[in-house]
Amino acid sequence: MTALQQALSTGKFAVTAEVAPPKGVDTTEMMQNAKYLQGKVHAINITDQQSSVMRLGSLASCRLLKEAGFEPVFQLTTRDRNRIALQSDLLSAFTLGIENVLCLTGDHVILGDHPQAKPVFDLDSVSLLMAAKKLQEGLDLAGEKLEGAPTFHLGAVVTPGYEPMELQILKMERKVRGGAQFFQTQAVYDPEEFRTFMEGARELHVPVMLGVVLLKSAGMARFMNKNIAGVNVPAWIIKAMQETDDKVATSIKITARIIRETREMCQGVHLMTMGWERHVPAILQEAGINI
Amino acid sequence: MIITKAKPFPEILQSLQREETVFLVGCSECATVCKTGGEEEVKAMRERLEQEGKVVSGWVILDPGCNLLEARKEFRKHKEEVTHADSLLVMSCGGGVQIAQEASGKVVHPANNTLFLGTVKRFGQFRQYCSMCGECILDLTGGICPMTRCAKGLLNGPCGGANDGKCEVNPDNDCAWIKIYDRLKEIGRLDEFIASPVQLHDYSVNTKPTTLLLERNGPGMEDK
Repeated sequence: MTALQQALSTGKFAVTAEVAPPKGVDTTEMMQNAKYLQGKVHAINITDQQSSVMRLGSLASCRLLKEAGFEPVFQLTTRDRNRIALQSDLLSAFTLGIENVLCLTGDHVILGDHPQAKPVFDLDSVSLLMAAKKLQEGLDLAGEKLEGAPTFHLGAVVTPGYEPMELQILKMERKVRGGAQFFQTQAVYDPEEFRTFMEGARELHVPVMLGVVLLKSAGMARFMNKNIAGVNVPAWIIKAMQETDDKVATSIKITARIIRETREMCQGVHLMTMGWERHVPAILQEAGINI
Repeated sequence: MIITKAKPFPEILQSLQREETVFLVGCSECATVCKTGGEEEVKAMRERLEQEGKVVSGWVILDPGCNLLEARKEFRKHKEEVTHADSLLVMSCGGGVQIAQEASGKVVHPANNTLFLGTVKRFGQFRQYCSMCGECILDLTGGICPMTRCAKGLLNGPCGGANDGKCEVNPDNDCAWIKIYDRLKEIGRLDEFIASPVQLHDYSVNTKPTTLLLERNGPGMEDK
């Protein structure tokens, strides 16, 4: 059982943060960013070609983190690989000691830095979860028997601010049926919006970790409101970021406040740090979270 | 119908650079509707090529451009002009270009790029509704195809990326899944979708290049 699974299954407030692999092979910064999180989080998500931008692979990065003593969450998207490659990478992950897997469809290639690439999407997040679940049962998607079955702790994502919400919950339910054991959410800034969502998701009886993207400026907040579906940064937060002389301190305060206000509604928090991993300890301290 | 878009004229000219005499082939069906290979466009092409110093030995509008027997018959009728030409410039879909090659044995050049199987909204407005996947699930999805009308072809529900009901990949398009959801609610069939097993497309049903042979006896439409 992974540390993240242990935390979620024993009712501890679970904490994860995200680290992005480099575009290139110099892993110094990635490893340094992970070190800021040492002892502060249960596991570290490694993104898979985030925003469809070609980078060092998630699987290799997970292994590097594992060797350095961290527990990784292997993010796996269906955008770039067909079902043969995805299942093979799942088997590879297990043999490399990686069991937390976050199954995603992934952004469309047209939004990234190789818009000419062939978008694969042979599977989607739901069928990828199903594939991972079957592998654990000793079978692949074609029904062929495996020599030795892996075990995984399977995660998925959900967007609480999505309209219509019933449709998002419907997809979430399909993910649970596919095999999802926990959820990390898209960025949430409005506790009341999150409460409504959690009421809708309650029947699914699956742990949900609130997602927060660390705000670096008022401009970033406005950009997300305009361009990222389901993300609604309230006016008071934008104002606070606008008026502050110390953006870092204000961002830490805001993030900690959101965590405090939503803590009782969910089972953990997932911090999307965008290179601000070094501020995670301060956020958690301010929020009163100790793993 | 098959939607085509004319290649830029300089590209066409480039493809003809080693040749002097060209025979033009149009199509009476899709390329006529798309205005990429009807009589009007074929005649305009003849004029432009002649202005560039090419000799156009003749032209024909096949009915339709993708039918081998029709192409053979018409090329026989225009035997002299076809034989005299260094190559054929084919103003139809990619299927038509290849049929022209098979039927004539000549060097062929495409004048168009072939884009998608389109529906006609109104004159000159085409939309992709079907990607000919070979395994139709429209019964389950309220008559709206997620394989085609969702940019990622998601079969089990929406991604999180719709903004005001529009697709994040191209905000001109509606999110197919929101449309499916609204429609299934409207016809009281949302529960059937919810209860349906995880959807997974079987690509083996349509391995390229596909052929289909209708049977002489019986309906000929069903798999045996």
